[in-house]
Amino acid sequence: MHLGLDEPVRECQYNQICTHNSSSMETSGHKKKRTPRRKWQIFPGRNRFYCNGRVMMARQTGVFYLTLVLIMVTSGLFFAFDCPFLASNLTPAIPVIGGVLFVFVLGMLFRASFSDPGVLPRATPDEAADLERQIDAANGPSGPGYRPPPRIREVVINGQTVKLKYCFTCKIFRPPRASHCSLCDNCVERFDHHCPWVGNCVGKRNYRFFYLFILSLSFLTVFIFAFVITHVILRSKRTGFLSALKDSPASVLEVLVCFFSVWSIMGLSGFHTYLISSNQTTNEDIKGSWSTKRAKDNYNPYSYGNILTNCCAALCGPLPPSLIDRRGFIQPDTPQPVSHSNGSSMYNSTQLHIHMCDQEHCIQSTKFLLQAAATPLLHSNPVMMGGEGPTLPGKSSLGGPCASLAPSQPSLPSSMPGLGCAGDMLTLRDPDTHCHHHHFVSPEETPSPGPMPLTLPCPAHMTHGGHMNPAQLYDPASQDSLHEDSVRGLVKLSSV
Amino acid sequence: MAETHSLQDMRQQAAIAAKVFIQRDYTNGTVCQFQTKFPSELETRIDKQQFEETVRTLNNLYAEAEKLGGSSYLEGCLACLTAYTIFLCMETHYEKVLKKIAKFIQEQNDKIYAPRGLLLTDPIERGLRVVEVTIFEDRSLGR
Repeated sequence: MHLGLDEPVRECQYNQICTHNSSSMETSGHKKKRTPRRKWQIFPGRNRFYCNGRVMMARQTGVFYLTLVLIMVTSGLFFAFDCPFLASNLTPAIPVIGGVLFVFVLGMLFRASFSDPGVLPRATPDEAADLERQIDAANGPSGPGYRPPPRIREVVINGQTVKLKYCFTCKIFRPPRASHCSLCDNCVERFDHHCPWVGNCVGKRNYRFFYLFILSLSFLTVFIFAFVITHVILRSKRTGFLSALKDSPASVLEVLVCFFSVWSIMGLSGFHTYLISSNQTTNEDIKGSWSTKRAKDNYNPYSYGNILTNCCAALCGPLPPSLIDRRGFIQPDTPQPVSHSNGSSMYNSTQLHIHMCDQEHCIQSTKFLLQAAATPLLHSNPVMMGGEGPTLPGKSSLGGPCASLAPSQPSLPSSMPGLGCAGDMLTLRDPDTHCHHHHFVSPEETPSPGPMPLTLPCPAHMTHGGHMNPAQLYDPASQDSLHEDSVRGLVKLSSV
Repeated sequence: MAETHSLQDMRQQAAIAAKVFIQRDYTNGTVCQFQTKFPSELETRIDKQQFEETVRTLNNLYAEAEKLGGSSYLEGCLACLTAYTIFLCMETHYEKVLKKIAKFIQEQNDKIYAPRGLLLTDPIERGLRVVEVTIFEDRSLGR
């Protein structure tokens, strides 16, 4: 019954494959001669690549540009307005040291922002199948005694029991200290945190750059602050305070920026210095994984015992290479990683990531829960959309781009590209639409938001389209007033 | 390389009977080590000692790559002082060892595993998660 909707959508999917020359295994046997593509072009995570795969950042980079602008403007003003005075009246070493610090800060910022934080590539289909088999086998025989749940493995590291969790998106058991970043949709080794200021995750491979960045930035901030104050004081000794300020108005701006940023940056530097010396990640510290409050004999199994070794290991240890080989060429016979828990490869899912609205996560996951709860009610009222068909305008949305999925979405991959690539709104006119939402209700637990219930409109689009009353979607429910009230309540909740 | 070609040909011509995955061993922390437990699927194909020797050598090589010592600290400090620009000219110690590992695996495949209808995949191609052993159909036994 859902074929009616699938056909136009499948068309879109086929077009998409043609246009992007994907080496998808779904186009079975049909291999065209094409320019070899690089692996970053089919990377399943939610990252952005520049310079043909050399640069890797998170999707949201706005705050990174803000960081860059703040640093460059403040430093630029310092070199332009304060340095000439200071160089001539105090010592020319000041602009030199300032210059060195500035270059170092920018260098570390770019290294931290542009490098691969330590992303773990997703499992190949064979690996994923093998793991599933092992998990099922572990599930089977029930014996006496404690057995950890099947998707958790326990390892004893240096005397401490560590739980390794199974990542549903990446289809792997996460190594110790790795975590899945929901913003970038990747598992990252030694995951520290996702830093919006740097526009990237901070993990095993770029933690030292991040730390050196904040450390040098705190020095730079203090340096600029101190010397701008010195400049103003020296000037005001000659000409008076107010005229000194008038002569160098930029100093005021610099002092303000430095004053407000120095506290947070120095605080952050101090915090990370503590983390490095105890060999913990921000993630572990926040969760209190190794805190003695959890258990009396809790200790950090990764610490080397003394502060110096911990610091050296974090800052001067060997730099592991990137595991994702972004610039490698795609070999036609190499296994491609899975990005869906139903096992089918989804190469056009990368297109969907671009359309994913991060802000909708919370809303969508709430909707999923409501949908799941409302499904028994809705089952009894099959004519949901169809009945409303003629009365709804063409542009009404089922949550168009916002329903575009994060790559972890199971089931019905064929309909998703239709939503994502065209950016079109699915109309409610199709009477078969209602069948879809049943497919989306997945019992599987996923780390990122569950499948999008197509039937509930995205609130953002509700304000644009504005035509539909949410209650109209469930009009047939009015037959049963109790159903109507409860369903209306659910829908109102979802519109929040 | 001629050897690689023959392995490639084997890969394309022979049918894959099964794949065995040697998982990581995390008992020593986050260092890259693989489990030396001999998988049952390989019992008919290769000697247990031989296999364990291969995995143990691999583990030693990875340990060497990640070793914390004077030379790695020196490299780290030098890199930091040059704002990491020296890595434009020279490769890191880790990368050098990875090349050694690739050569070792190639060698093992040529000498030991290919004649037995097995193929080891370099773990770096699987994100250092697993050592993938591809078992090819044994046509000689008329299976």
